[in-house]
Amino acid sequence: MSEDGVLCGTFFMNGDVACAEGAISAGCRFFAGYPITPATEVAERMSERLPHVGGIYIQMEDEIASMNAILGASWAGMKAMTATSGPGFSLMMENLGLGVMLETPCVVVNIQRAGPSTGLPTLPAHADMMQARWGSHGSYEIIALVPSSPQEIFDLTITAFNLSEIYRVPVLVMSDEAVGHMSEKVVISSISPEELSNRRRPTVAPEQYLPYKADGDLVPPMAIAGEGYRFHVTGLTHDEKGYPAMTAEAQDKLVRRLVDKIRLNRRDIIRYDEVDVEDAEVVVCAYGITARIARLAVQQARDSGIRAGLLRLITVWPFAEERIMELAQRVKAFVVPELNYGQIVLEVERCAAGRATTLLVPHMGGSVHLPETILKAIKEVVQ
Amino acid sequence: MTSNVSVEQNIINGFLRLDRMPHIWCAGCGIGSAVGCLIKAIHRDGLDPDKIAVVSGIGCSGRAAGYLRLDSFHTTHGRALPFATGLKLGNPELNVVVFSGDGDLVAIGGNHLIHTARRNMDMTVICINNFNYGMTGGQLGPTTPVDARSTTSPYGNIETPFNIPYLAAASGATYVARWTVLHARQLERSIAEAMIKPGFSFIEVISPCPALYGRMNKQPQGLDTMHEYQERSIVRDGADTRDVDITFDGPIVVGKFIDIERPTFWDHYRQLLDRVGGKEN
Repeated sequence: MSEDGVLCGTFFMNGDVACAEGAISAGCRFFAGYPITPATEVAERMSERLPHVGGIYIQMEDEIASMNAILGASWAGMKAMTATSGPGFSLMMENLGLGVMLETPCVVVNIQRAGPSTGLPTLPAHADMMQARWGSHGSYEIIALVPSSPQEIFDLTITAFNLSEIYRVPVLVMSDEAVGHMSEKVVISSISPEELSNRRRPTVAPEQYLPYKADGDLVPPMAIAGEGYRFHVTGLTHDEKGYPAMTAEAQDKLVRRLVDKIRLNRRDIIRYDEVDVEDAEVVVCAYGITARIARLAVQQARDSGIRAGLLRLITVWPFAEERIMELAQRVKAFVVPELNYGQIVLEVERCAAGRATTLLVPHMGGSVHLPETILKAIKEVVQ
Repeated sequence: MTSNVSVEQNIINGFLRLDRMPHIWCAGCGIGSAVGCLIKAIHRDGLDPDKIAVVSGIGCSGRAAGYLRLDSFHTTHGRALPFATGLKLGNPELNVVVFSGDGDLVAIGGNHLIHTARRNMDMTVICINNFNYGMTGGQLGPTTPVDARSTTSPYGNIETPFNIPYLAAASGATYVARWTVLHARQLERSIAEAMIKPGFSFIEVISPCPALYGRMNKQPQGLDTMHEYQERSIVRDGADTRDVDITFDGPIVVGKFIDIERPTFWDHYRQLLDRVGGKEN
């Protein structure tokens, strides 16, 4: 452990704990949460660790309160996070929208379990992927990252904080019970301040500051409470001053910017990795725990002479549509195994636009795919 | 010659976003008077305005944050308190005021109210109670007196309303007061006391809503309601909060009911840091 209490070294830890440590390494010093399986260990770890790094843990009365508390803390200048699972994620939706509207940097972790409703609290699924994109009302764009291992949830939690600070948007870490509860080696190297992004602050005098006047990158500098800017922010549609503006014109201007600041910067945001895609005739598009199983299936397909490849989505939102469009020009088919009954496959299908076949390999959650199931689908589409 | 009225107005104007006037409140509404009392209380306490943050929820009273020239947050319906909790813990030097309505704080936000009081989170809550939902057109609320009419209780309310001071006190608030907007001086004094007192302070402000609640309950002018307050109010500092229920036409007990000491959340957190060898940010 380094002097400031941030971990450094090689550890054996589960994904939930690695997520908490990633947050601490990213500079998160405020966590508000509510217990829920299988995300509770994130809160437990934060409650244990934050007092030692100058941070604050508070257990709220519900997930609605947790979401609001992290927004408040962010406006006081903190890097703030909450962690939950399906039922709590549903409760957070309205105020996730407030985070989008006020342009509040924060990180929301969803260790997904199977639903609907209470579902299978202790078992994995990826059935909140569309909710992550569309769960709050109104038109908006959001950033969602999906880790496949404890190491990656550590790394991506840092990325999530960086992206949230750069784009002033809540960033979702859409993990799953399997990754959350899986223990593996996690290497934590010391992180230099240059690797951490911080929101741009206003450089003008308070009387000249317009809270929602954005520069070229469409992200306005952010004042924080208590520094004399005496700004106003509201969940109502607002103008550059932050004042309510109840017109279609103001709505158009604001919503376009909120959406475009993500859409137009998507090349900076989107992350994925690929295995054996160069010459592939069939590409398995997978994410989270499923991508690890898909990798084995792709290997087995190669061993049996099928030119298969893996496109592992790391950012699910914004969606890597340009990459899918490119691949659709030359691959025969996409196989999309998901721990749900078809969510991201709809995006793949949309981008493939009929140029390549798309085959969903659904699994309702509660366990994970068998590699053979994915292999069978690969064989089916190349026939 | 400068009159006292204009001196007072100058103080108030300094705290208002005058570029947002006119405000949305109806003629005869009491919310503006309560905002005036808040401003005068800040002035009376000599607080640094740069270190004050106001958080509101949704509703007529929720618009107060938008008119104050302070760091101000207009959040979602019912959620001002948890937002304010994060803000306060994120920067404990902020003097945090939650200004919102009875529907926002006691109905949809009721769970947050009891828990924020339980934690003795250091903030001042000003709860405007006009006995109905004004912004949406005068519906039944958690404070609507039995028999009172609203657009969703057209035959008279059958539900028992909350006695808010009792709820706040039972939940752990360390300062609880109630005034009507007629009691402007007392209200200003209470807010001034609450803002410098550590812990969860709760002030209920009974306020006319002539356009809706008043119109439906035979007080069509704000002035009618103010006359009612004059007739019905009984000042009883230290009253047992169990005895301060408000009925349709009975007495309105006002006063400072609770003013006690109890460690705040932050006091406990500092102790925890000392105990575990942690550090403050």
